[in-house]
Amino acid sequence: MSSPPASPNPDDHTRRERIEQTIRDADRTRVALYAILLGLVGFYLAPLEAGLMTAFKTTDAFNRTVPFLPPVADGFTFEPWEIAFSEMSNALVNSLLLAVPATVLSAGLGSIAAYGLTTIDWKYQTALVALFVAGIFIPYQAVLVPLSRLYAIVNTQELLSFLWGLPMMHEHYASIINLIVTHVAYGIPITFLLFRSYYQTLSDEMIEAARLDGASVFSIYRNIVLPLSRPIFAVTLIYQFTQIWNDLLFALVILPSGGGAAAPVTIALNSLTGGIVESFNTQMAGAFVAALPTLLVYVLFGEQFAKGVAGET
Amino acid sequence: MQRLRDVLRRLSPRRGADSGDRELRADGSEQTDRLRGSSELRSDGGVATAEETPTETGRWQSLLSSDFVQSIPFWLPPFLLMGFFVYGAIGWNLVISLTDFEGLLLPEYTVSEFDLEMYRRALSDPSFWTAAQNTLVLLVAFTAVCLLFGLLLAILVDQEIRFENTLRTIYLLPMSLSFVVTAKFWAWMYNPQIGMINVTLRQLGLDFLTLQWISNPDTKLAAVIFALIWQFSGYAMVVYLAGLRAIPTAHYEAAKVDGASTAKMYWRVILPQLRASTMSAAVVLMVFALKAFDFLYVMFGNNPGPAADILATMMFREAFGSNNWAYGSAIAIVLFGMALAVVAPYLYSEYRRGEL
Repeated sequence: MSSPPASPNPDDHTRRERIEQTIRDADRTRVALYAILLGLVGFYLAPLEAGLMTAFKTTDAFNRTVPFLPPVADGFTFEPWEIAFSEMSNALVNSLLLAVPATVLSAGLGSIAAYGLTTIDWKYQTALVALFVAGIFIPYQAVLVPLSRLYAIVNTQELLSFLWGLPMMHEHYASIINLIVTHVAYGIPITFLLFRSYYQTLSDEMIEAARLDGASVFSIYRNIVLPLSRPIFAVTLIYQFTQIWNDLLFALVILPSGGGAAAPVTIALNSLTGGIVESFNTQMAGAFVAALPTLLVYVLFGEQFAKGVAGET
Repeated sequence: MQRLRDVLRRLSPRRGADSGDRELRADGSEQTDRLRGSSELRSDGGVATAEETPTETGRWQSLLSSDFVQSIPFWLPPFLLMGFFVYGAIGWNLVISLTDFEGLLLPEYTVSEFDLEMYRRALSDPSFWTAAQNTLVLLVAFTAVCLLFGLLLAILVDQEIRFENTLRTIYLLPMSLSFVVTAKFWAWMYNPQIGMINVTLRQLGLDFLTLQWISNPDTKLAAVIFALIWQFSGYAMVVYLAGLRAIPTAHYEAAKVDGASTAKMYWRVILPQLRASTMSAAVVLMVFALKAFDFLYVMFGNNPGPAADILATMMFREAFGSNNWAYGSAIAIVLFGMALAVVAPYLYSEYRRGEL
C-alpha cells in the first residue's frame, strides 16, 4: 500500500557526470524546460492570483479591470475582507472547535489500531486490516441517509443537557460533537493506513527484545512505539486537519439545514454572497479566509502533507 | 509412565527450537493420553483435579497474557467505532433502499415489504442513466488526464532541476484547498463576462473562443473536469515522482548507452516500471472523482442540470432535496457498487502482493 521509497540517492559520481553531460548537450532544452515549468507555475497559481487581486478591488473596479492585474488607486479596498471576516468569524471558531479534536482523536485511534494489528501477529489479522483499509474508499453518499437518521434518533443535545448550563458552553456545540464523532469514525481508516505503513518499517528486533525482557504489549506501545511515532503523527495530524477543515458534505447532512449556529467555514463560505448577487470580491476574500488555515499548514508543513498524500496510495 | 513424562516436561519447559515440528505432534498425542488417564484417575478418587487445575489456569493465564488478547484493547474500540459508522451504515442504507421510505414519514422496516422497487425505479429513470453516464465520463476522463499530466509533470520535475521543492510545493498546492474554495475560484474563472478565462481570450483577440463555460451544456462537464485536474494533477505528480526515484539510475544509464532516444527510453524502459504507481494513483484519483460532490454542489447547487449531474449529486438531491429517502439510498448503493468495482480488485492485488 505504500509508494516506493523516494530518491535512493544515486552516487555522486554518476550524478555529477549526468549534470555535466546535460550542461554540455542541452542548454537550449534546459531553457525550454524551465520555461515550461514556469508556465505550469502560472497555470496552478493563476486562479489564486486572480482571486487575491479581486479580493482587494471595489465592486466597480472588478467589473471594469482585468482580473489578474492588481487594483489601482481608487479601486483598492479592504472592504471585502472586512465583510468576509465578520460574516465568517463565528464559522472559523466552529471549524476550529471541530477540526482540532477530531484530528487528534482520529490520529490517536488510528495509531493504536495500527499498533494492535501490525506489530502483533495473529491469524485473521489480514481480514481486519482489509476492512479498515477498504473504509478509505467508501463513497460517503452510501452512508448519508443512515447518518441523518442516526442523528435524528440520537439527540446529543438532550443527552448532554447537563453541559449547556456550564459557562462557555452553548447548545449548538451538540451539533459540533456529532460532527466530531462522525469525522473521527470516517477518519480512522486513513489514519490507520498511514500508521500501519509506518509501523511496518519499524525494526522488529527492538520490539522483540523488549518482549523478551517481559515488557507488556501496553508498555511496548507506551515506551517504544509511541515515542518513535512522532514523524508519522505529524504527517497524519496535518493531513487529517486539512481533510476535516475542508469538508462540506458531512456538515450539510448532519447540521440542521443552513448550518445554524454550528456552521463550519465551508458552509459559511458557500452561503456567502456578499449581499449583492455575485459580488466576487467578497467571495474571493471569503475563500481566502476559509482556506487560510490549510494554506498556512501547507506552506509550513508541505513536506508532511506530501507524505500524507502519498501514503494514501 | 504418564506421570513421569509430565514431570519431566515440567522440569524442562523450554526445549530446543530445532525439534519444534516433531514436538508439536508429540505434545498433541500426549494430551489425549493424559486426558484419558485423568478420567481414569478421577474415578479413583479426585486426585486428577488437583493435578489438572494448575495446567488449566496456566493455559488460561497464558491466553490472557498472549499478545493477541493484549492487543484487543488497542484495535477493537477503533474498529467498533469505524465498523459501526462505515459498515453498519452501509448495511442500514441497503435496508432503507429496500423500503418505500419517503417524505416526512419514518422508515418502516417490515421485512415482508422489502422489495427492489427503488432499483427498478432507477433503471427506468432517464435522469439516473444520464447521471450514471456522467459519473463514468468524469471518472475515466478525469483519472486518465490527471495521470497523463501528472506523469509529464513528474518527468519534467525529475530532470535534476533547481528549485525542485518550491515547484513541487506549488504544483501540489491546490490539493490542500477545500472543494468549496476551489469551486468559488473556478466559478469566478469561468464567469462569461468578467471571468479570467474569457477576459484573457479577448485580450488575445480570440473572441470566438469565449464560451459560457459553466452554463453551456456542451462544455459544463469538461469545465468541471478541467478544474478538478487543476486541483489534483499535483497528486499524480507526487506519486509518479516517488516511482521514478525508485528506479535505479543504472536503468537510465543502460538505455543511454544503448543509444535510445529520451522518448524511447521513457516509453520502453521507465514507463513499464511505473505500473504500481499508476495503479495506486488511479484508484485514489477515482475515489477523489467520486467525492467531487462538494465541488459540483458549490458551483451549481443541488441540481447541476443533466449535463453535469453525477450520481453523487443526484443521490443528495433525491434524498435531502425531495425527501425521497429510499430512492436516494438505492442510488447510493449503485454508487457504492461502482466504487467497489474499482477498489476491490486493487485491494485484492495488493493483498496478493503482500502489501496490505
